[in-house]
Amino acid sequence: MIWFLLRRLGFALFTLLVVVLLTYWIFFALSPDPAAQICGQNCTPDRIAQIRTTLELDRPFFPRFFEFAGGIFAGRTIGSGPTAVYCSAPCLGYSFQSGQNVTDMIVSRLPVTLSLAIGSLVLWVIAGTIGGVISAVFRGSWWDKAAMTAALAGIALPNYFVALLLQYVIVVKLQWLPFPLNDPSISDPQSWFFSYLLPWIVLALMYSATFARLTRANMVDTLGENYIRTARAKGLPERLVIGKHALRPALTPLVTIVGLDFAMLLGGALITESVFGLQGVGKLARDAIGTNDQPVIMGVTLLAATAVVLMNIVVDLLYAVLDPRVRVAAR
Amino acid sequence: MTTPSATAPPEPLDAAERPRKLGLLSLLRGVVGSWGAALALGYLVVIALLAIFAPLVTAITGNDPYSFNNAALDPNLGGLPKGALGGISAEHWLGVEPQNGRDIFARIVYGARSSFLIALSATAITVVLGTTLGMIAGFVGGKVDTVISRLMDLLLAFPSLIFMIALISALPDVNRHLMLIIVLSLFGWPYIARVIRGQTMSLARREFTEAAIASGASRTRVVFSEILPNLAGTIIVLATLAVPGYIGTEAGLSFLGIGLVAPAPSWGQMIWSAVSWFTQDPMYFIIPGAFLTLTVLSFMVVGDRLQLLIDPRSGGR
Repeated sequence: MIWFLLRRLGFALFTLLVVVLLTYWIFFALSPDPAAQICGQNCTPDRIAQIRTTLELDRPFFPRFFEFAGGIFAGRTIGSGPTAVYCSAPCLGYSFQSGQNVTDMIVSRLPVTLSLAIGSLVLWVIAGTIGGVISAVFRGSWWDKAAMTAALAGIALPNYFVALLLQYVIVVKLQWLPFPLNDPSISDPQSWFFSYLLPWIVLALMYSATFARLTRANMVDTLGENYIRTARAKGLPERLVIGKHALRPALTPLVTIVGLDFAMLLGGALITESVFGLQGVGKLARDAIGTNDQPVIMGVTLLAATAVVLMNIVVDLLYAVLDPRVRVAAR
Repeated sequence: MTTPSATAPPEPLDAAERPRKLGLLSLLRGVVGSWGAALALGYLVVIALLAIFAPLVTAITGNDPYSFNNAALDPNLGGLPKGALGGISAEHWLGVEPQNGRDIFARIVYGARSSFLIALSATAITVVLGTTLGMIAGFVGGKVDTVISRLMDLLLAFPSLIFMIALISALPDVNRHLMLIIVLSLFGWPYIARVIRGQTMSLARREFTEAAIASGASRTRVVFSEILPNLAGTIIVLATLAVPGYIGTEAGLSFLGIGLVAPAPSWGQMIWSAVSWFTQDPMYFIIPGAFLTLTVLSFMVVGDRLQLLIDPRSGGR
């Protein structure tokens, strides 16, 4: 088990390193010069050279890369002489646009993104499980057909389209909900809840649709197993057959899906936050893309990669706890 | 996982697991046999024809996707289209865009062109790459398999959307069509290779493959005449189900402003431009949104139907 864990951690670190290296390389080697962009229109070559030195764009690739990577773990001092600033770990550098510390920028936006992500996670797991299980148990019924058609539509609908559609119908036409706030505060729980309700639904829709389809498929497989027949044959009420015997083996593999989807959520949050104007990490990334603010884009890319890589490990461990067969195989 | 020994009797699932061999014509007949899939296929054919003959179609309506039509706008309403439903009229079949009056139908048709071009190119590349690498990994095994599998793990563990964004925004001046095809292919092939690898491994252990090897067939021959034909069904299904994914991702990236950019017509980019108008002119986002959703949905329905026909176990449960 320890060996298994170490190997997983090793691969995770390797993946992260590749992500950092590649992102850094793309921005360093391929990207157009940010100095010219920052400098604007009335620019002199002197001024560009000066900006390049301040941003350390004139130094070679590898020393810069190792400094950057080292800064993430140990912090680093940026610049030299009287203008030097110490940037504590995890240091992701400073925004080209606002000059703010990228780590601080991301951390300050995290609560919004986490509220969005966790809320939609709750919604999607509940809706997906209930929809999938009922469909599997009453296979072929009108519920099954309706739920699976809805799931197919849920996968096909792009979330930004749903976001606009729901906002138009529920907020503009029916006026059931107020316009969502950009920066909802928890101190006003009612407006906080109503501001997040639509984003939660939009983000959860696609995931719960996939989840319901998978839950149904797994449940149908499990219900076909011999031990379920045995359980029924010995006279167990259907409620217990499903609740005690079928649910756990059917849902265990889905832990992986939930974990990985949750880690990938930042991609979905990017779009959802943009449409609703929520000031989260996704919106930060979108704005940074618009202004080619490379340190910020890199910071968000790293955050997203770390989330995916860490979640992969968490999911593996959780799976080993839930499914005894994996524990044996891992030894 | 248990590894079956050479003398083990064939597993009972074997007959069903082996894809049925179906000709293209009988597949088509099978798809049309379900009214949902027939409808979806019909829709896709119409969109594909519109996309292919886009210049001809827009010549008939008399509107190209780029020119501004101030005559169709109402200056008193801040540049909103004249008339109901976003300015739908005999002249502008699906209305015009607010502010500049570009013809929405023409932009939809040209948008379909880019969308299909990008998604189909990415599908072709990922299918070829995924099948080749998947078959090599599954058939050769050993170190080669380890290297390819690790590479796949690495790419699958990448936050691909964010990374695509980083890549495209770092290279703003490269041809966007090409860039989109490259990033979609780069992150798309492992999904295909993973399935192909697994199937190749199980096919390589089958009696007919062993018989071919025993009778002295070369490795190339075994791969091309024993394994590949048996993978054909899977490849068709994977390809059909990959297309909607790429169409959706392209639209999503264009929506985020890093795919195709205005004035190039693209469904995702049209929806993004409609965001600031959605309270006054809802048709502006509903039309491209509906076309996009229906296209993705249709590909999925046809793909599901094909899967059911080729591998009856998958959906008949």
